[in-house]
Amino acid sequence: MTLDTDTRAAAPSPPAPPRRFEFAPVAGVLAREWALYRRSWRPTTFAAVAEPVIMLLAFGVGLGSLIGAIGGYDYIEFLGTGIVATSVLFTSMFPGLIDTFVRRVFQHTYDGMLAAPVDVRELVTGEATWIACKAGVYGCAPLLVAIGFGLPASPAMLLVPLIAFVTGFGFALTGVWLSAVVPSIKTMDYIISGVITPLYLIAGTFFPIDSLPAWAQVVARINPLYHCVELVRATAFGIEPLRDLGHFAALLVFVAVMWLLAVVQMRRRLID
Amino acid sequence: MSQPGQHSSTSTARRPATHGPAPDPSAPPAIELRGVVKRFGSFTAVNGLDLRVPSGVVFGLLGPNGAGKSTTMRMLTAQCLATSGEISVLGHPVPRASKRARAAMGVVPQHDNLDEELTVQENLEVFTHLYRVPRAQRPEAVERALRLAHLADRRHDRTDKLSGGMRRRLLIARGLVHRPRLVLLDEPTVGLDPQVRQDLWGLITALRAEGVTVLMSTHYIEEAERLADVVALMAKGRVVAQGAPADLIARHAGDTVEEYLVPPADPGDGVESRLRAAGVAVRRTGPTLSVLRPGELPDPLRAELGTGLARAGNLEDVFVTLTGERVE
Ligand SMILES: Nc1ncnc2c1ncn2[C@@H]1O[C@H](COP(=O)(O)OP(=O)(O)O)[C@@H](O)[C@H]1O
Ligand SMILES: [Mg+2]
Repeated sequence: MTLDTDTRAAAPSPPAPPRRFEFAPVAGVLAREWALYRRSWRPTTFAAVAEPVIMLLAFGVGLGSLIGAIGGYDYIEFLGTGIVATSVLFTSMFPGLIDTFVRRVFQHTYDGMLAAPVDVRELVTGEATWIACKAGVYGCAPLLVAIGFGLPASPAMLLVPLIAFVTGFGFALTGVWLSAVVPSIKTMDYIISGVITPLYLIAGTFFPIDSLPAWAQVVARINPLYHCVELVRATAFGIEPLRDLGHFAALLVFVAVMWLLAVVQMRRRLID
Repeated sequence: MSQPGQHSSTSTARRPATHGPAPDPSAPPAIELRGVVKRFGSFTAVNGLDLRVPSGVVFGLLGPNGAGKSTTMRMLTAQCLATSGEISVLGHPVPRASKRARAAMGVVPQHDNLDEELTVQENLEVFTHLYRVPRAQRPEAVERALRLAHLADRRHDRTDKLSGGMRRRLLIARGLVHRPRLVLLDEPTVGLDPQVRQDLWGLITALRAEGVTVLMSTHYIEEAERLADVVALMAKGRVVAQGAPADLIARHAGDTVEEYLVPPADPGDGVESRLRAAGVAVRRTGPTLSVLRPGELPDPLRAELGTGLARAGNLEDVFVTLTGERVE
């Protein structure tokens, strides 16, 4: 190995002193994800779009012909807005949970990154931001399909990417947190069946929560995905500012709590 | 690595401690540890470590597996937090201002953590971002690192396709992508074939010539003797001796050591026991008994030993003398 001594003379001046939270390391983490995505966008996009669309077609058309209307809407319209939320849940929680676990435990990717001027909170924020961006974009796919089936498009629907981003950010952080809680990759089955499944069913996605027993309605209101569903429906069927700001605030609280949990738990796992 | 012939070639190749740019003793140290303790539960991995790495030297941390070398390295990047004690790196208190130190520091970990999802070039590009190389300088930094690792023609291969030697070269080039002032190399040559190892030694010497401070851990005697201006011998989480290799050898082992073939089964009144009883420093390697400072050997014992093979003293002799343990 040889060094180019001639180019070394032009060494850059030292960077500005770091602060507690910086965006440069977050951008560094995003640069990594982007490098990866440039090569893997095809299967990622296929999975993220095909699954909700197939679900929408199967349930919307198949079940919709039996059910007709639900909560005052055509079933496919009700479902199309609901599936935006399940799509966001899946495209954020699974990568947050599984990719983060694999990178931390098997590939030691984060060990390499934390030796650079990157702290755990920036690493976690970067990973979750990337996942949230994907959720924001891919979450719109089922909505577009529902529009194709006759859901009237409205200008408020332009807020859906933002709603999907914030929800995706929260669930990505949830995944990151849980990836650092589970002792092994096998125990993830508990989370997938015990957490993710009820989350996406008890949220008003496939059926309205008023048809549930009272206790389940309470659970649904604690479920962040319910607030996402309600916001997406509001953009399609009419916004009520006070109610919907409440839903959005619930999502922000969810994000803040999950950010803290994810950062603390990941630090526990990554810093001896 | 314990053949006598190899030892003598090692000692002739040993670089005089005064060679190269003399480090300024009044300059602030690149690394300073004071009374550092690290416990994992009830187990003490680092046990009151004091270490001062002057700026601009190659500093060798020599010790057997489990001595606490990697734990010490990880404390310098705040990936491991000391239980007690004080650490400063490039003048920044660690862990409080560790990010400042990490920005000017390159790290080559003991265990490969290349990003296997990415190609060779992408690995380097990501680290130009993480190390905040200004945008305009990133392509040149990546090219330079590719040349450094001799991997320019493999740039588009995923890292899981590389051989062990190539991976190590990439890991090292990745840690140098931002031209750090301080480089931590944790057992950089373990498992490498001799050619790659020589190559790496050349690189370390080149870094030193540019004024970069290098902290290198190793359990290879030869590596420490050849490369390090200063070595700290580490055992059980402590530094047992520290200084220029030549000085340590002169002080603790003597310049010459004589090796004798003495069968290992020593019944208690054999020559080995009598040598020890006479206060002669000896150590055993298989069938070979090494006598340190053979000038002090009493004549009757010398006659009994027969003809020995003189070789230069080395750091292994120092280590065994001070700890009773072997390094490699
Ligand atoms: N995270 C950890 N938890 C528990 N014990 C550890 C941990 N890291 C290192 N150790 C122990 O600390 C001791 C020193 O380890 P290490 O610093 O890796 O030694 P070296 O690098 O000199 O071989 C070893 O006994 C090792 O098992
Ligand atoms: Mg080690």
